[in-house]
Amino acid sequence: MKAAIRAEAERLCAAFRAAGAQPVEADILLPADALLDLYGEDIRARAYITQDPLRGEMVLRPDFTVPVVQAHMAHGADPARYTYMGEVFRKQDTLMPRASEYLQVGFEVFDRSAPEEADAEVFALFADLLAPLNLSPQTGDIGILMAAVRGLETTETRRAALLRHIWRPKSFRRLLDRYAGRTRPHPARTRLLKALEAGKLPKTGAHIGLRSSQEIAARIHSLAEDADTPPIPAKQAELLEDLMALAAPAPQALERLRDLAVDMPHISVAVERFAARLRAMKARGIDVGALPFETGHGRSSMEYYDGFVFSFHAADPSVPVVSSGGRYDALTKVLGQGRSIPAVGGIIRPHLVAPLKA
Amino acid sequence: MLKIGVPSKGRLMDKTFDWFGSRGVTMRRTGNEREYSGAVDGVEGVQLVLLSAGEIPRELSAGRIHLGVTGSDLVRDKLADWSAQVAEVAQLGFGHADLIIAVPACWVDVDTLEDLDAAASAFRRTHGFRLRIATKYHRLVRDFLTANGVADYQLVDSQGATEGTIRNLTAEAIADITSTGETLRANHLKVLEDAVIHKSQATLFAARHADWGDAAPVMKQLVAQLGLSLPDVFRPV
Repeated sequence: MKAAIRAEAERLCAAFRAAGAQPVEADILLPADALLDLYGEDIRARAYITQDPLRGEMVLRPDFTVPVVQAHMAHGADPARYTYMGEVFRKQDTLMPRASEYLQVGFEVFDRSAPEEADAEVFALFADLLAPLNLSPQTGDIGILMAAVRGLETTETRRAALLRHIWRPKSFRRLLDRYAGRTRPHPARTRLLKALEAGKLPKTGAHIGLRSSQEIAARIHSLAEDADTPPIPAKQAELLEDLMALAAPAPQALERLRDLAVDMPHISVAVERFAARLRAMKARGIDVGALPFETGHGRSSMEYYDGFVFSFHAADPSVPVVSSGGRYDALTKVLGQGRSIPAVGGIIRPHLVAPLKA
Repeated sequence: MLKIGVPSKGRLMDKTFDWFGSRGVTMRRTGNEREYSGAVDGVEGVQLVLLSAGEIPRELSAGRIHLGVTGSDLVRDKLADWSAQVAEVAQLGFGHADLIIAVPACWVDVDTLEDLDAAASAFRRTHGFRLRIATKYHRLVRDFLTANGVADYQLVDSQGATEGTIRNLTAEAIADITSTGETLRANHLKVLEDAVIHKSQATLFAARHADWGDAAPVMKQLVAQLGLSLPDVFRPV
């Protein structure tokens, strides 16, 4: 079986090379602190961490994206297309038959010229390679959601808090309900604000810990400020919810988004990018008429994506996602120390592909 | 022979012996005081295995004991997919303790998980690393914080004297077991109001993957004597 999986991985990697990608290598043992900070809680919790006597905390490669972006930012050509193939390691905290060590094959495009073209190129390439497996595609666009939040009529603090929780739908919902004035603050909050108004904060005894009195004072100040902030208008909150709940074949989704953009003009640019992407996909032979689109797709699983996202699923829901990817422009900025480059890519898990072929 | 694992010392052992004793199953230690051996009277075919409470989840998981008494917190934290590995037979009504999250009492702005999340976000921006929560209950705490959408934290391991980690600047918050809260107050800490992660108590568990062959008839007799019903998933052949 291992041989069949490796052969499948090599076949995919060769296909990516044929599509113009340079093969790129990454270490298996990577420095933990810098790397894990960039991933979401899920990958962090599942990474195998070990101690090196000289290099400190190290991690078994949980994913290729970050090391590949790092290598590109250090000495990559511009534009560039990369492919890689190798093991990734993730702890499985369940008795379900899930692999904790598996091969991953990927393709990444770093290109400034036409992002929607690059999105379409990646998706079409993956769709073509996976076509014999009869998988169902799913697509989304985190960028539209982010544009909608950035356009809300409220304070910058509230917009930033909502953006931070884009990838955690439950927290996002809780914040939105609070900011829209639909839920009351926790009694402890009301208590603190009353005490503040009366000019007497509760006595607490000794100050301990690294979080300083200034940091506490700053937060109290921002809480007081927030308490005086008018709620997000009900109409805007509802529009945002309509947007988040949108799930339809791509052309209908586009039509609906253009309708929503009449009342939410700030999403127009992102929606027209979606339209441009669909045109580019169609030009590459994708049947966009039947392509499923969900605005919220990828929200709970893909923390560093900030634009187009896609995945391919088997009919059997117990099989994990066979392939996924998306655009991660912001990550290149974080890793580029001031420089950035638009980037999009994805991975295929050959250990799931091989049995589907058998 | 049905093997039952029971905590080997302290109040947990005494209360377990009392619980079974009051239901007509007498457990006692045998040999001298330092020897971990014991005997069971009242039901034929039960062997007492005295173990550290912390090891009982692992022994249940491996199927080396059929039944075990330990804290529900330990089973949930130490066993992945715990309910697929063991079944709850009875909650024993003692050994109560809550797994909670505590922060310095001087954090007047933090009373809830939502506050903790907001403080963690600002802390990371200010200090350049994630807010540290010291605990030994990694799985329970991580699952709870994930379910509640808290971000920008990291767990640091603390196997004892966890309340002291904040003063020693090795953590900003803690997640630990508390029964009265006195140690927390003495260390200038307070409990978050909406962060009871788990209400633990001593619980009798059955191992799903043990060899129940000739233990099954003993199990039926034992649960009848104890006035319990067989766990829903326990289907001895």
